[in-house]
Amino acid sequence: MTTLALTTPHRADWLPKYGVYIAIAALVVYNAAFTPYFLTVSNLRIQLIQVAPIIIVALGMALVIGTEGIDLSVGAVMALAAALIPLYLGYGVIAAVIVSLLAGVAVGLINGALVAKVGLQPIVATLALFVGGRGLAVVISDGQLKDIRNADLIYLGSGDLLGIPVLVWTAALAILVVAFTVRRTVFGRRLLAIGGNRPAAELAGLPVQRVLITVYVLCAVLAAIAGLLSVGRIQSSDASSIGLLIELSAITAVVVGGTPLTGGRVRVLGTVAGAVLMQLVIATMIKNNLPPSTTEMVQAAIILVAVYAARERKTR
Amino acid sequence: MTLLEVAGVSKVFPGVRALDDVSFALRPGEVHALVGENGAGKSTLIKVLTGVYRPDAGELRYQGEPVSFATPMDAQRAGISTIYQEVNLIPLMSVAQNLFLGREPRTTLGLVDRARMDREARDILAGYGVTTDVRARLGSLPLGAQQMVALARAVMIDAKVVVMDEPTSSLEPREVETLFGVIQDLHERGIGIIYVSHRMDELYRICDTVTILRDGKLVHTGRLADLERVRLVALMLGREVSDVRREGFTVFSGDHAAADDTPILRVSGLSSRNRLHDISFGVRPGEVVGLGGLLGAGRSETIKAIAGAYPVDSGEIEVDGTPLRHPTTVKAVAAGIAVQPEDRKAEGIIPGLSIRENIALSILPRMSTFGLVSDAKIDEIVDRFMKRLRIKASSPHQRVGDLSGGNQQKVLLARLLATGPKVLLLDEPTRGIDVGAKAEVQALIDELAAEGLGVVLVSSDAEELVEGSGRVVVLRDGAVVGVLTGEDVTTESLLATIAEAGA
Amino acid sequence: MTVLAVAQRRAGTAFQRQGALAVLAVVVLIAFGAFPNFRSLDNAATILVAAVPPMLIALGMTFVIITGGIDLSVGSLYVLGGVLAAWASQYGLLAAIAVPLAVCGAIGLLNGVLIAYTGMAPFIVTLAALLGARGLMRAVSDEGSTTYIVQNDAFHALGTGSLLGIGNQVWLVAIIVLLGMVVLSRTRFGNAVYAVGGSEDAAALMGVAVRRTRIGVYVLSGLLAGLAGTINAAKLGSGVTVLGAGMELDAIAAVVIGGTLLTGGAGTIAGTVAGVLLLGVIQNLINQVGDLNSNWQQVISGAFLALVVVAQTYLVRLRRT
Repeated sequence: MTTLALTTPHRADWLPKYGVYIAIAALVVYNAAFTPYFLTVSNLRIQLIQVAPIIIVALGMALVIGTEGIDLSVGAVMALAAALIPLYLGYGVIAAVIVSLLAGVAVGLINGALVAKVGLQPIVATLALFVGGRGLAVVISDGQLKDIRNADLIYLGSGDLLGIPVLVWTAALAILVVAFTVRRTVFGRRLLAIGGNRPAAELAGLPVQRVLITVYVLCAVLAAIAGLLSVGRIQSSDASSIGLLIELSAITAVVVGGTPLTGGRVRVLGTVAGAVLMQLVIATMIKNNLPPSTTEMVQAAIILVAVYAARERKTR
Repeated sequence: MTLLEVAGVSKVFPGVRALDDVSFALRPGEVHALVGENGAGKSTLIKVLTGVYRPDAGELRYQGEPVSFATPMDAQRAGISTIYQEVNLIPLMSVAQNLFLGREPRTTLGLVDRARMDREARDILAGYGVTTDVRARLGSLPLGAQQMVALARAVMIDAKVVVMDEPTSSLEPREVETLFGVIQDLHERGIGIIYVSHRMDELYRICDTVTILRDGKLVHTGRLADLERVRLVALMLGREVSDVRREGFTVFSGDHAAADDTPILRVSGLSSRNRLHDISFGVRPGEVVGLGGLLGAGRSETIKAIAGAYPVDSGEIEVDGTPLRHPTTVKAVAAGIAVQPEDRKAEGIIPGLSIRENIALSILPRMSTFGLVSDAKIDEIVDRFMKRLRIKASSPHQRVGDLSGGNQQKVLLARLLATGPKVLLLDEPTRGIDVGAKAEVQALIDELAAEGLGVVLVSSDAEELVEGSGRVVVLRDGAVVGVLTGEDVTTESLLATIAEAGA
Repeated sequence: MTVLAVAQRRAGTAFQRQGALAVLAVVVLIAFGAFPNFRSLDNAATILVAAVPPMLIALGMTFVIITGGIDLSVGSLYVLGGVLAAWASQYGLLAAIAVPLAVCGAIGLLNGVLIAYTGMAPFIVTLAALLGARGLMRAVSDEGSTTYIVQNDAFHALGTGSLLGIGNQVWLVAIIVLLGMVVLSRTRFGNAVYAVGGSEDAAALMGVAVRRTRIGVYVLSGLLAGLAGTINAAKLGSGVTVLGAGMELDAIAAVVIGGTLLTGGAGTIAGTVAGVLLLGVIQNLINQVGDLNSNWQQVISGAFLALVVVAQTYLVRLRRT
């Protein structure tokens, strides 16, 4: 059987690998040709600002999915972070940011402990905080929308640095950090090994529980960052609407970007491209006066095509 | 008249000719042994016969008529049933439901008639020596009883041909006897049986005819009684009879331990709930200690308990004089214990990662500074082990999942050795790998012991266990029932100890 | 095995099967003592009526989860069903019932076919269906701006009428739940559902029509979600476009609380009924405590879910060792 192993041809997997980039290129070309004002600075700026929070959340989601997990609670974490901001803004923006990041750490620890220590399936473990987290956020904020007037926070969400929005800088930094983590660090390698075969990783002496908990904490902290930046962007805190259904957008971005749901692999740039592609699709449809209903149905079709192309053939 | 036959059948997979012009014929009432090393084409042939694969060339004839089965279900409906190596039933459903799934008796309303189903299930199973609550979940039965349920199910559906793939691998001696009784009964009823097994004693006891495959080709077919045992092995391995006589079946060289050495691994009073009871033994540097016993005797559990992967209630584990308290897998690896689990695919390799990632997995901290991995350091280690273990691959970046079983096992062993262990725990190190790799792995175990490692070896292959170990600790029902040392380390005394303990 | 271990195992099994029912009984008893308003018949009726849509959705979800799958599209299908029922009521009673069932059943069929034939994860297929069905609902309702009013009195009466003091819809759901129990425990299809969830490979080798079974449960789930929407439209007299977000996760929570294993192969409808009622009673109690923010309901449901699932996991583990 040795001959079999040496000569097995690798199936053509260009579609899941490069399909998303080809689709982006096609959409850009189409819009440049047919959509007025598409290639203007102001339009690109708007698109980037809109996609940045999704990218930040999707990066964390990609890490979790790399461990064969899923995190449904990211939207709830954004809401919690948003609800806490106005309460602590009185102590300065740094205190408020720290508190909301700590909320992310707390949620991540709970999710991680439920998955790693108790051994719950990730979808159930994070479902609990999906259900309860946003409720808690609304309770904290008394169900009220609060305007934010703190200049520092507004700068984080709406300001510019060197002509580029701070929000976009933050997303770019997050991409670099996550890509570096996955490719170059011990933690990243362990994460992929755990996603690839958890019992084997355990027997190989890897600190599986610690790695898993860290992954969920990272994901929740990234979501908290997205939450507080969103507050700064829309200049108000509304726990009942911030980050609503973002878990779906994030999972979509990861999946469309070619990361398999079966774990063991993380495509960081693919995830970013996945988020950008979905943003472009929505933008293109809006500019062509197609209603949101059509957009949603097209999104559904894209998800199916992406997953169909990337599905692993049953080898075991 | 033949019942089921193939003529000139070939099956090609990308890069390998799994079956090459093979012919095979089964007569009614015949018990036909199908033998060959792993990768010889046995399972491919079985899959062609049972409708899993379609042959690329050649013809399949059933009861004289040319047939072509689209799915295993088609073959089953036509009367060809297969009992697989692992029990293929549904553990969470009741015994009776498993027996009748898809053929449940129904009341006039079209609903499942549970009372009748349970009653009939009880009656049928009694004929197989299984008396149990048929409403209990199947998974709560011992493995042997589960196998009997699978057999009963296969025979129930008016089978004319029954294919048995290593049916005794999880059975106890008493259950094996029951199985042979059932086979005798089927034989008398004119049902044809294809029997796949590696156990020579069994083959010679119950089979009439034998077909031997090697490298996808038919090398011999004929009456089994006419074929000398050593000749059969020689045909299977493709070696000369004289070689087999001289070398035996394995390549182990002997004992390397000095009698007065202090143990590098000491296990005392190891107990775990109702699976392990007060297990004690020691391993000296350079010594290979075998763990003997039947499936379910607690061998794998003992290994896992030492490696920190199985809960321990009491007992002590000491590595090189340092006690390992509250063992976890992390602590065990740090203490110098390396474990090769029984199920390579499920618990050993990480199929989606490359060879180098797999080898470096346990030593990442040593391969990095401040959490950043150094590829240069990894390449050096990986290169060294790929050479030493003769891992055959197109490059270190090849996915381990694409390698052959033997090479996967070598990658796994390379990961263990890379940690620089003091103690190796090997659970069925040569299962499911081809002859060549098997000899290499056995030689490697020998070599490692010679270098002063302590090795614990579990093997269901009695020859391998006896020839590879300097001492054999025999387990039964999770307890030590005997220790074979020196001259006593023979297959006969091993089997005697197991049998004695059973009485 | 010691006597104690056997007793523990039995206790574990019993809790997994009846745990939700036991907790429900305890919560109801406490509520009887602590909240005078809880005791009224009216209140009991309120709880039951409110539980109608989640009960139907969770019933379908139970079948899906026992096969080891999941259906995220049911919340969208629920809303879609309601909107379609209200819109179709202008063409008569039959249309008001048949149109939503046909459309939601078809989407369930699509889910099932994609899952059974392409090997894509149920999670992702039904996630796409969630988006697609929501898009369809918006397309039907002029991007959500049109709320169709039920124009058929017979249809409206179905949702508002009552028999022997109990609402029609409660009767209907009771009958459907009983039917569901019979189907799951007493038919070959029911056995196949358990078999597919218990071990797909073994089921296939044993001759179970795995694909047909999978497709069947998703069609069932789609139909029941559509029916839930239809009943709701009949009750409210209009097709409301803004409800239903998160219904799928509530249903999953109820099923899991009811003791069905998310890994498939085991579970009961009785447990799901208890799970749905338990969540309903908790919501009702929170409404009773006037000054308690209604958002606490979500917090408590979430905490409850975590608690039950953690307890379940430990008990299952206890049983295995």
